Amino acid sequence: MSANTYPTTVPDSAAAPDPHSSEPSRRDFFVIATGAAAVVAVAGLAWPFIDQMNPDASALALASIDVDISAMEAGQSITVMWRGKPVFIRYRTPEEVEAAKNTPLSDLKDPIARNDNLDSNAPATDENRAAPGREEFLVMVGICTHLGCVPMGEAGDYNGWFCPCHGSVYDTAGRIRHGPAPENMLIPTTAFSDDNTITIG
Amino acid sequence: MQGTSEYQPRTGIERWIDSRMPLPRLMYDSFIAYPIPRNLNYSYAFGAILSLVLVVQILTGVVLAMHYAANSAIAFNSVEQIMRDVNYGWLLRYMHANGSSMFFIAVYIHMFRGLYYGSYKAPREIQWILGVILFLLMMATAFMGYVLPWGQMSFWGATVITNLFSAIPLVGEGITHWLWGGFAVGNPTLNRFFSLHYLLPFMIVGVVILHVWAFHVTGQTNPTGVEPKSRSDVVPFTPHATMKDAVAMVAFALFFAWFLFYLPNYLGHPDNYTLANPLVTPPHIVPEWYFLPFYAILRAIPSKLGGVIAMFASIIVLFFLPWLDRSKVQSAAYRPLYRIFFWIFVVNVICLGYFGAKPPEGWYVLATQLLTAYYFVHFLIIFPLLGYIEKPRPRPTSITEAVLSKHKSGGGGTPAEAAASPERRG
Repeated sequence: MSANTYPTTVPDSAAAPDPHSSEPSRRDFFVIATGAAAVVAVAGLAWPFIDQMNPDASALALASIDVDISAMEAGQSITVMWRGKPVFIRYRTPEEVEAAKNTPLSDLKDPIARNDNLDSNAPATDENRAAPGREEFLVMVGICTHLGCVPMGEAGDYNGWFCPCHGSVYDTAGRIRHGPAPENMLIPTTAFSDDNTITIG
Repeated sequence: MQGTSEYQPRTGIERWIDSRMPLPRLMYDSFIAYPIPRNLNYSYAFGAILSLVLVVQILTGVVLAMHYAANSAIAFNSVEQIMRDVNYGWLLRYMHANGSSMFFIAVYIHMFRGLYYGSYKAPREIQWILGVILFLLMMATAFMGYVLPWGQMSFWGATVITNLFSAIPLVGEGITHWLWGGFAVGNPTLNRFFSLHYLLPFMIVGVVILHVWAFHVTGQTNPTGVEPKSRSDVVPFTPHATMKDAVAMVAFALFFAWFLFYLPNYLGHPDNYTLANPLVTPPHIVPEWYFLPFYAILRAIPSKLGGVIAMFASIIVLFFLPWLDRSKVQSAAYRPLYRIFFWIFVVNVICLGYFGAKPPEGWYVLATQLLTAYYFVHFLIIFPLLGYIEKPRPRPTSITEAVLSKHKSGGGGTPAEAAASPERRG
């Protein structure tokens, strides 16, 4: 089948023509030089090909938004978009705040506040979850920490949030109580720029 | 089944080509003269059916890409435009959408066939591993394709599946942002999924070539599990396999056409005809039917990382089957215990699929957990154990003997077969 019937010999290794010489040969030099060039080039070029998939400058630029909450009353919620994600702003009723405050930390599945305004290991008390200085407001990223669905408000066993995808139940402070989600819903960096305006991000 | 080529170039042109680029010789030796066991049944036709469906998917996909726009602002409308305005757009899109379901129906039968007749055993381990790689590539392709119409199920399916990676400790969140190209599923995600959805089928074609090459080296398995030993055990690929595959492909095409023309949306989900809305999750998210058993396994474990690990493990375990199975007997036809456990496993997987479509409430959760446990028990405990405790039935000495005794007596396990089986006497 093969047209090529010339006898060929393949050298055992890339060794020098004189196998008894210990001096590096021209070929040794080329093997090392081209091999090193290939490794460096592939490693160096791999990064741009990988990094191009990361969020680009325009995605990163949508860093913060201002939300006017002057029209909100107790018991109302609004959902705003921040970085392509829903953020829940809930004006909680006194009963909801009370229920969240009266929950002992030992009842929580995730005892950490998950609040970007605080220490990464702050406990998940209600005051560590509520908006700074305004305990009636709860501002959090409305994404279930299980697999990213948007939970439904005023639902579930604790009248907080209930995720329809896989059944995670959150309380009135957005803390995971049972279900597959591992963490409390995230509180983004939040500040009141004035009494009626919340800055997220 | 290697050996000397039987190709004889007859004309001057054939000789001219053969001495330069012997592609006709390769085709002749692979698909005409290639010897196949004489006792292959119709379950062996699904390789050919899969090749047909792959061609259908690539042809319809390339054509659909001429009309589809991978931009989150217009993707949904461009699909509706294909359905309403493009000439025969409805037909091409329904072929492509139902084609993916047909692809999985065929591949699951093909895989169960392999499990039943021990196709993964030595010397066909690489063949089997290439098959599992093909299965993974198919799943990735199907998943990304389902995202492209940018309906509610597209969007939330993409969100849930990409969030699986956020279960990885430390780097999980970075990986999800990298996959999304943002902080949530959005236009960059749609763009890259379209690019990869177009690429992966051609990678599938490449691995299919390796998969076919591998069985042309080892030869096909057959229902007896006894390797061909003489000329009388085999028949040439053409016309025997060619015709049998052709009949099976036509029958499968009828089945396909039934869905295509009478139930085009039966296997889909109505929520996907609603434009993607990042603020509202549909109340009941389910993946396409072919992912349901794995989705059930994901939900069975009451821990995020645990569920993700179990789901991936349920596929990774398939890579190790050639070494988990300790039985020397290849075909389930001669393995009385394995045959029972095989069918229990089939029922187990179907039940997992059924519960995968149910909401995770009440007794469904426990049932799913038990079925998930059995899935792993089957491969990790029953598989190795059977090799030691099972007493296989006597195997025929050759394919020819098995075929002839079957035709003489009208069934296996008869006195005629026993008389011809030296193992039983000794």
